[in-house]
Amino acid sequence: MQGYLSLWDEYGGQMLSAFWGNLQLTFWAAIGSLVLGTILALMRISPVPSFRAFGTSYVNIFRNTPLTIIMTFGVLVLFGVFKVQFSSDFNLNFFQIAIVGLTIYHSAFVCEAIRSGVNTVPLGQAEAARAIGLSFMPAARLVILPQAFRGAIAPLGNVLIALIKNTTVAVAGSVAEISGLMKTMLEFRADVGILIFLTIAVFFVIVVIPVGLLTTYLSKKLAVAR
Amino acid sequence: MSTDSHSNSAKSDLTPIVRLSAVNKHYGQLHVLQNINLEVTKGEVVVVLGPSGSGKSTLCRTINRLETIDSGTIEIDGKVLPEEGKMLAKLRADVGMVFQSFNLFAHKTILENVTLGPIKAKGMKKSEADKLALTLLERVGVANQKDKLPAQLSGGQQQRVAIARALAMRPKVMLFDEPTSALDPEMINEVLDTMVGLAKEGMTMIVVTHEMGFARKAADRVIFMADGQIVEESTPDQFFTNPQSARAKDFLGKLITS
Repeated sequence: MQGYLSLWDEYGGQMLSAFWGNLQLTFWAAIGSLVLGTILALMRISPVPSFRAFGTSYVNIFRNTPLTIIMTFGVLVLFGVFKVQFSSDFNLNFFQIAIVGLTIYHSAFVCEAIRSGVNTVPLGQAEAARAIGLSFMPAARLVILPQAFRGAIAPLGNVLIALIKNTTVAVAGSVAEISGLMKTMLEFRADVGILIFLTIAVFFVIVVIPVGLLTTYLSKKLAVAR
Repeated sequence: MSTDSHSNSAKSDLTPIVRLSAVNKHYGQLHVLQNINLEVTKGEVVVVLGPSGSGKSTLCRTINRLETIDSGTIEIDGKVLPEEGKMLAKLRADVGMVFQSFNLFAHKTILENVTLGPIKAKGMKKSEADKLALTLLERVGVANQKDKLPAQLSGGQQQRVAIARALAMRPKVMLFDEPTSALDPEMINEVLDTMVGLAKEGMTMIVVTHEMGFARKAADRVIFMADGQIVEESTPDQFFTNPQSARAKDFLGKLITS
């Protein structure tokens, strides 16, 4: 117990700020992948074959690529080889590369979650929209997507939960976040090793459980009555 | 055939609102529409009858290109239906459609269902669209439900809203694809009465239905389809009292008992 308290004395502040980093990664990557995922979903349901092909290829490529590889690619190839730099600040640059990596990866899953939502919308809704003279984009924006999002809340929640936990992979991109700190702590405080694991697990559980409860609640509350 | 060059006089009354010529469609092996020719003039009410699987719903759905066709042409008020894009959307706005399963926008209120088309497809002002929608909802008798969601209404009420939604686009022709087939018996009449009212006001209508009463009461012309072909075309009187084809006789014979 004494040892664990001294861990907090030593690393408490760092743990909180590192975990705050994970939450920031989550926040920006969630917004990014929601936007990109929606665009991809629109492509996949669009009447234009080349758009559909692009959307399908994107999903199949990035859904099947390990996140660690995307992350290291960002740092070692985009930054290391091609000198792509989002920011002159070294740490901020890695942080932003990590956001891009997380976004690219998770937008494939967001796309599929939204597409599962689109499948909850009966075909007749799209036909009725077309019949009153709406072309693809207005029909998608006004009729299909509003219903699809409401049918996709639960799967989108799952993607968000996966994203929260996957921010730990940003350690592969040299971002100061909690799993990187965990490694450091384990090295210097092996005496409380198991407690370090548990503490960090609890950090995530505290954030993830409400997300799960909220999305379950919302998916029932906002379900479209038919 | 240069039907494009119509003079003014021809345009006004003689140009059919809907014209199908040599329309063919296959579902795989099934030749569901076989060389269909049909002209519907302004103000005419055409009822399409026939056994299920005869292609009558498909015929109805090709007219605003919810179903594509393999060959032939379909014209709305003298304009050939384009294949895709903005022009098609524009032409569809001129064709009102009422579906068997109502298809009201489930996430929008009754009023929004009716105003969506005028506002978003025609660029009408919201206040103006609201006024138009209320008038139409009044006319189909569901104005008092305007703030509810579709799922809160009965089937008959939903279908009347769907008719109002189609009318809000001020269509040149209304298509009805088995509008009463999904309704409980006691709700069929409220929808049919609305349709009879429309017919009397001179709306051009193409109605696919199993309601022989409606055909007798409101139709100017009856088209009988079987196996993807138009088998018989006549006045309702003629069709019901003196059908010519064996298929039509057989079809009507099975109805009498019910």
